[in-house]
Amino acid sequence: MTRGNRPLSPHLQVYRPQLTSSLSILFRIMGVATSVGSLVLIWWLVAAASGAEYFEIVQSFLGSWFGRLMLFGWTLALVYHLCNGVRHLYWDAGKGMDLPSVHASGKAVVVVSILLTLGLWVLAYSVGGA
Amino acid sequence: MSLRSPLARVRGLGSAREGSSHWWAQRLTSLALVPLVLWFVFSVAMMAGADYVEFIDWVHSPVVAGLLVLLISVGLLHSNQGMQVVIEDYIHGEFCKVVALFLSQSVHIVLGLTGVLSVLMILFRG
Repeated sequence: MTRGNRPLSPHLQVYRPQLTSSLSILFRIMGVATSVGSLVLIWWLVAAASGAEYFEIVQSFLGSWFGRLMLFGWTLALVYHLCNGVRHLYWDAGKGMDLPSVHASGKAVVVVSILLTLGLWVLAYSVGGA
Repeated sequence: MSLRSPLARVRGLGSAREGSSHWWAQRLTSLALVPLVLWFVFSVAMMAGADYVEFIDWVHSPVVAGLLVLLISVGLLHSNQGMQVVIEDYIHGEFCKVVALFLSQSVHIVLGLTGVLSVLMILFRG
């Protein structure tokens, strides 16, 4: 099919970033980041299945401050993707599509994902996480 | 130059073929992942500093092992479908797109099997 030199509609770069568009692309980026991060989970389980020696090597990395920071970032990406995913499910039900609701739910997603991630880590540490 | 009408060309292609089942599967897996991921984030924080015995003890329970198997399989299913959409959106050359889709799907299958088998090994080895 030949498209010729038809004019193209203005694309992303002509628009000022807004809450709606930023959260939308962040949703996709965090989804991909979470997928890549699943390598860590599999690596962790493989290490545990292959024995104490190799597990301790992996754990000395994951348990270091850098490892924990990486794990925290990964879980934050995961929880953001989850919260915005719930927002999408709400939209799929045909609700909350007007602009004020979209802005309100967008801000809520940012706040809730940060609080939820922090809360789960604090909870884990307070009930005996090392 | 094709003599087929535009309708004949698109019939059986695109969302008319399997788009809705892909869409539904993505929503259903996302629903299942809500509780699984919340449990998992908590567990990651719990296990970040665990030693070998603590980690094995944790996996070595039918509930935890079951939830891990569910998380890995449903999560990678969801990830596979998501990555498929991302690849289809951004890779335009037909050859590159098909290769990328094949690689992505293969990696997801290998990761899923590796993860599930690791969990089962820990569970049954005792």
